[in-house]
Amino acid sequence: MVALILILTTSLFFPGLIVRVKSIASGRKGPGILQPIKNIYVLLRKGIVYSTLSGTVSRFAPVIVFGSVAVASLMIPVAGFEPLISFNGDFILFAYLLALARFMMIIASFDTGSSFEGMGASREALYGMLIEPALFILLAGLVVFTGEYSLTGIFNLPGGENYNLIYGLIISYILGNITIIENSRVPLDDPKTHLELTMIHEVMVLDTSGFNLALIQFSSFIKFAVFGSLIASALIPRDLSLAWRLISFVTVQMVFAATIGFLESFRTRFKMNRNQQFILTVTMISVLMFVIILFTKNIF
Amino acid sequence: MSVVKNELMSYLLIILCVTSFLILLPSRNASRIVAGITVFAIAAFSSWLAIDTLITAFSGSEPSTRSVEGLIPSLFVIDPLSAFFILIINFTMISGYIYSLDYLKEYIIRKPPVWVKIHYLALVWLQVSMVILPMLRNGFWFLTAWELMTLSSFILVIFDFDEKGTLKAGLSYLVQMHVGMLFLLLAFALSSAGQDTVSFDNLGNWFRDNRNWPMFLLFFIGFGLKAGFFVLHTWLPDAHPAAPSHVSGIMSGVMIKLGIYGILRVTTYLQGDFAVIGAAVIIISAITGVYGVMMAILQHDIKKLLAYHSIENIGIIGLGIGLGIFGTAIGNNIVAAAGYAGALLHTLNHSLFKSLLFYSAGSVISQVHTRNIEKTGGIMKFMPLTAWAFLIGAIAISGIPPFNGFISEFLIYTSMFHGLGNNEFYSVVLIFISIFSLVLIGGLALLCFTKVFSVVFLGQPRSEYKPAPVEAGKMMIIAKLLPVIPVVLIGLLPFLFVKPVLSIAQSAFVPATDTGSAIIMKPMYYIGIASAGLIALIIVAILLRKLMLRKRVITTGPTWGCGYSAVDQRQQYTATSFVQEYASLTNPVIKTGYSKIHYGDDEIFPGPRDFHTHSDDFIRSRIINKPADFMVRILKKGAVFQTGKLQHYVLYVLLFMVLIFILTYLKII
Repeated sequence: MVALILILTTSLFFPGLIVRVKSIASGRKGPGILQPIKNIYVLLRKGIVYSTLSGTVSRFAPVIVFGSVAVASLMIPVAGFEPLISFNGDFILFAYLLALARFMMIIASFDTGSSFEGMGASREALYGMLIEPALFILLAGLVVFTGEYSLTGIFNLPGGENYNLIYGLIISYILGNITIIENSRVPLDDPKTHLELTMIHEVMVLDTSGFNLALIQFSSFIKFAVFGSLIASALIPRDLSLAWRLISFVTVQMVFAATIGFLESFRTRFKMNRNQQFILTVTMISVLMFVIILFTKNIF
Repeated sequence: MSVVKNELMSYLLIILCVTSFLILLPSRNASRIVAGITVFAIAAFSSWLAIDTLITAFSGSEPSTRSVEGLIPSLFVIDPLSAFFILIINFTMISGYIYSLDYLKEYIIRKPPVWVKIHYLALVWLQVSMVILPMLRNGFWFLTAWELMTLSSFILVIFDFDEKGTLKAGLSYLVQMHVGMLFLLLAFALSSAGQDTVSFDNLGNWFRDNRNWPMFLLFFIGFGLKAGFFVLHTWLPDAHPAAPSHVSGIMSGVMIKLGIYGILRVTTYLQGDFAVIGAAVIIISAITGVYGVMMAILQHDIKKLLAYHSIENIGIIGLGIGLGIFGTAIGNNIVAAAGYAGALLHTLNHSLFKSLLFYSAGSVISQVHTRNIEKTGGIMKFMPLTAWAFLIGAIAISGIPPFNGFISEFLIYTSMFHGLGNNEFYSVVLIFISIFSLVLIGGLALLCFTKVFSVVFLGQPRSEYKPAPVEAGKMMIIAKLLPVIPVVLIGLLPFLFVKPVLSIAQSAFVPATDTGSAIIMKPMYYIGIASAGLIALIIVAILLRKLMLRKRVITTGPTWGCGYSAVDQRQQYTATSFVQEYASLTNPVIKTGYSKIHYGDDEIFPGPRDFHTHSDDFIRSRIINKPADFMVRILKKGAVFQTGKLQHYVLYVLLFMVLIFILTYLKII
């Protein structure tokens, strides 16, 4: 339960932090840290405009997107606290629930009959397909490394004799990239772009409004918090005292958000046809990680 | 052990022969009704045998095989593995028959009535042959039933024989099946040489005395041709589009699974070489799965696309079997049991969602009269129930929770990840390959099914429908509802279904251990909880939305067009454009051909243009077409003798006699 509360709290501040860092970096005054969540509050209370072409899919898809991401977040260990659901192979359910969310996003965007949304959906489907192996290979490597089969067990690795900052950093690097790709941020896609032709996530929700848009945006906030928590679990040693664990958890999340903010301020986005290479590179890094683990376990 | 009386089986055969004639009676309705009664009767009888076997096998100390005394003593033997396949076959046969009632309606008017009757006759005999196949151990009778299955399904496939390409697809199927038959014949003959009877049961002795993998390979090729493993799959993408939709559903759902049954049956007798065989099966299956779905994504013909997905799913089942064999090799019961159980459950699951998808696709095709998905669109507004059925099937086949496809893939993943615990380089690399391929298959299947569902059912029609499509008939809806129920139930309450499947797998392949079963079963309860949580959250969110929107206005407006308001319905995103980036990525492996005519310099007002994309199965063009063309070229050279003139033939006879005379004179013959 503590894990869930921590994830939800993080998801409230995370996007605001990114926005804050971006405005500081670009020398603007910028909105407050709570602005994204205030936007969601406003959206929740608005009416909805559906496209005339859309049918039932547009009406139920946002709800399922939210539901699946929320259930996926129940399986994440946070700062040493046990998640609500934990069992052998829970990461498979986690990854496939995110896939369910992606499935729903794609068909919802096609429901409007818009070519722009089709374009975004096409990219989302392809990038999602390409990044999934990276996550699984990383987890497979960690299964070999720890001999555990659940997220809680696997991310128990910093703790006792298994603690290794180098591994933690590599895992964080891979997970960070996966977060960027899952949420379509710079350098894959610029959420602040104004041209529909080059969007990925933003273009898919062009015809989603009000309560539905709020749900989808909040799901993406949760995704940030979820991956941030995994990164924190990979970096923080488990044998710290409760206070230190919480402090380091918050620090890791803030650094993660700040990193994304700085990346978005100082980095340009890729050309669209370079994205596949970028994603495959991340996959290859996680294959390398797997090979390194084989070496350390003397399996080679 | 309760034994079915001798007479019962023989009565059954007599009744079957009588009903076969009744189907051929002149009355149009009679054939349908008699066929229906027969299908239900066979299903009821064999399912009763199967369920009875399962109950006795798992209730106590009873031995887990039983024989049905038939014309020849202990010809029909049922063990839990056969019982499982019999149940699957009957379920899909019933839904297929119900579907055919509506589907064949338009043909009854168009076609000569005798074709419809022969179609139903073939349907009944297909069921008979499929149901008795898992019960037969005797090689001779097994191959007879196998041949009966091939012939009756061939007749079902060529139902639309007056359409272009149907007969060719049917013949290609028939020829390839007989190549497979040849391998099976060879395998049976070799393994039973010197024995009194030709039977599966001789395999135990054979495998004990000889190397295991060559014989397994023979069986694998024979059965793999039916199942559609990589390189042997080329008949599938031709035969399924040619066949009527219920036949595609039955063939893809259950008939190709008998190939899987055959492989599993042979596997039960294996004595050694587990590591080699397991590794080979895993690698072949990984290639099968990835290749199947990679090809599927590029298809525009919805039934061809589904056929390629059958190949993909055979790959997933094969991964399970391979992991099972490999688990035995490394002596890990959890890996073995989870692998086999995953394979069995995926066999069941695939029969459910694939028949569901074929039925839904068939309903759409019978309304819009095209299989090309680029010409459809917006069907959900005309046929909401069919669309929902297809959506459920699409989510299930992509292996996404909360439906059944996820459960079987989860079992296979369980097997893989437990296999990683065996810290040997060889096994870790093998498992790595299998994990990578299964993840890739999942992602690609999602890409593929979001494409089909979106393009066919969502948005606007891409061409005008004449007449406007209407919702499928009652029987079609019932036929789709039948598989939908278990698809949802297995997904939501996996522990109820995984337990018996696991017991079947353990009884056939691995000794059951309490700890092993508990480790495999425990996640199922959690998945059930998570699915319940998902549904609860969805309901809560919907209620919350209702509450928040009580006093708000819900309006509709035109789709955002970025300032361009004259959007034509043909400018919607198409299936080709959806997968264009993917196609450019896979171009080194699968060539996508574009055919278009460029604008000339002198064309000031260009006329309409055609643009086509097509992707060829390079396996078919290399392995089937090229050798066949080569043969034809050589044989054509021999055709100079075939002049068609009587005088020449008389001359040949004369020359032949002279030749014989000379050879005899020289004492050569």
